[in-house]
Amino acid sequence: MNKILLIIQREYITRVKKKSFWIASILVPFLIAAVYTIPVLLFVNSDDSRNVIVLDDSKLFKGKLNSEGDYTYIYSEKTLEEAKKDLKKSNDDIVVHIEKDILTNPKGVQILGKKTVGIGTQHAIQGKIQNELRNIKLKNAGIDLKVLEDNKINVDAQTYTLNEDGGEKSSNSGGAMILGGIFGFLLYLSAFLYGSQVMNGVIEEKSNRIIEVVVSSVKPFQLMLGKIIGVGMVGLTQFLLWGVLTFTASTVTSSIMSGKIEEKVQAKVKAGLSKDEIKKFEASVKSENPLNSISDAIENVSLGKMIFCFILYYLGGYLLYSSLFAAIGSAVESPSEAQQFMFPVTIPIILSFILAQFILQKPDSPIAFWASIIPLTSPIDMMVRLPFGVSNWEIALSLTLLILGFIGTTWLAGKVYRVGILMYGKKPSWKEITKWVFYKG
Amino acid sequence: MSIILEAQNVVKRYAGHTALSGVSIQVPQGSIFGLLGPNGAGKTSLIRIINQITGPDEGQIILDGERLQPKHIEVIGYLPEERGLYKKMKVGEQLLYLAQLKGMPKAEAVEKLKAWFIKFDIKGWWDKNVEDLSKGMQQKTQFIATIVHEPKLVILDEPFSGFDPINANLLKDEILALKEKGTTIIFSTHRMESVEELCDNIALINKSKVVLSGEKKEVKNRFRDNTFNLEYSGALAPIEGVFEILSAKNVEGITKAKVRLLDGTNANQFLGQAIQQVDLKAFNENIPSFNEIFIKVVGEDANTIL
Repeated sequence: MNKILLIIQREYITRVKKKSFWIASILVPFLIAAVYTIPVLLFVNSDDSRNVIVLDDSKLFKGKLNSEGDYTYIYSEKTLEEAKKDLKKSNDDIVVHIEKDILTNPKGVQILGKKTVGIGTQHAIQGKIQNELRNIKLKNAGIDLKVLEDNKINVDAQTYTLNEDGGEKSSNSGGAMILGGIFGFLLYLSAFLYGSQVMNGVIEEKSNRIIEVVVSSVKPFQLMLGKIIGVGMVGLTQFLLWGVLTFTASTVTSSIMSGKIEEKVQAKVKAGLSKDEIKKFEASVKSENPLNSISDAIENVSLGKMIFCFILYYLGGYLLYSSLFAAIGSAVESPSEAQQFMFPVTIPIILSFILAQFILQKPDSPIAFWASIIPLTSPIDMMVRLPFGVSNWEIALSLTLLILGFIGTTWLAGKVYRVGILMYGKKPSWKEITKWVFYKG
Repeated sequence: MSIILEAQNVVKRYAGHTALSGVSIQVPQGSIFGLLGPNGAGKTSLIRIINQITGPDEGQIILDGERLQPKHIEVIGYLPEERGLYKKMKVGEQLLYLAQLKGMPKAEAVEKLKAWFIKFDIKGWWDKNVEDLSKGMQQKTQFIATIVHEPKLVILDEPFSGFDPINANLLKDEILALKEKGTTIIFSTHRMESVEELCDNIALINKSKVVLSGEKKEVKNRFRDNTFNLEYSGALAPIEGVFEILSAKNVEGITKAKVRLLDGTNANQFLGQAIQQVDLKAFNENIPSFNEIFIKVVGEDANTIL
């Protein structure tokens, strides 16, 4: 037992000391923070208001292009040549030239900018003109605009989950989907990442020829188990670091963000915007941040249960797959030789990831149920289902099977491992590897 | 002399072949025991069983009067034929790890390792990465790993393979020093000159069986065939019933000849006869080398291996 601890210690320390471990541990949280901060910051900072000079040869739009958001529309009687000349000297940013025959020639609009006209600006101005043009055409066709306005209805349904005692709580299937996707992806990643670390560790020991010295001191099974547990703890450490650093990074960035948003709101208040408009703005900022809907989903399932299940499914899935990876590593002498044997092991991992996409759509279907119960797919697929609400007996059943599953694979892997590590020379076939399982002592 | 290790009728079968069929050896306490045999004879299989890396299918190993069991790992030091080190680890850390795996407490291991580092004059290596060491330096490191826990029994599988002459001598000296301290050493080799030099006892394994074993002198005696080498000037004629001449070669007036004594003639009787015929310059018994014994016993296939 003591010796397993020594092995775990070595496996853990040599990996945690590596630069690559720290780079990954620090970089990922910042990437995550960036993913949800950047859209919000971009939205808040897209503040450069523009003065748009409108040269309307068609005379159709007079007084109809209202200033809105960042765009202030100013009508001018200048000719195009004059406007072009004046643009360089003035504070104005853009000249829009609408041709006489705009009703019949939708291409008759030119946008000229002091600087290059961005795609956002182009769309905003185009949309504005297009909208007006449609209104004009509808009016010409004799349709009352008021009737049209009444037809613009936004349906925004609230979804609720019924409790067993008949009460209801608000559910957020969008957030649940994102959260489920994140969990599934993390477990998918960890199965590959740490599983292959175990495999490469075994190959390293074998190709270094240190293995025989070590197994003359400890049982091969102890060595395998020590390596698997050591690498598994490296994984947990990494998840912990990711969790803490992501939390820290997001606290810092969201305080910066809320400062920015506050500034912006103040500016809007100064500009004399109505309360409704400010509320609308705040809501649109919120919708830019995917974290908000996730935190709604977390409230539904309870964070404790989620973390508890994540750790158990990570450990179960990791133990199940990494012992198979260890067996593969023991049978070969180089990572390239391992490719061919890895294929059958990676199939169920990839399959569970594919099933996860389906489960996100139909978390209560029979396929989703079985995928989250059967040990080979349950680690990923149960975590995907979890944010949608899964009853405790299902979790208990799935975990029990998972534990039995990894005991089985570890036992099997141990049998292959103890023979494989001492085999040099020729590459074994599947048939031979199967035979190793039945070797005595 | 007491027996420290005994293999009793050990059988080990693999899927396609039998590696050991009924192998028995006895290793006396404090001796150097040579395990000889061509490649693939089963030496490494036997060594792995003694190290409890694998188990025998039949038979048993007795160490120090007890049936082999896990606690014995700590009293055995093993240098495998396929040997290596963790490349990314520091020399000191690595030796400490291996010593602890052999059951040494950390503080004691540090102390013992430091003594070895001083002895081998490698004090500066503790914090060096193994991948920065030369092959010779790695061999020293591996040797320290084998004996740092002061095992009663040291097993060296082809210890001289890959050693340059300087390191081979160093290793030889260390093996003899270990023997001085009372350590028993088993080493497998097919380098016969090291057998002549170092071994007290041998067992020769061929095709999964022990075909020859015993004390070195006694084994050699068994292979004496009553032949003698002599150098003389003059002409020597064989005498029926006393000796025959197997070969003779004249170089600048001196004849070097090999003779076989017949019908129980002893050396003194032969010399009495010979000096009457020739002027004798040199005379010695032709004792077979282990090289010759090996080839004779293992047969012609061994030629390709040696």
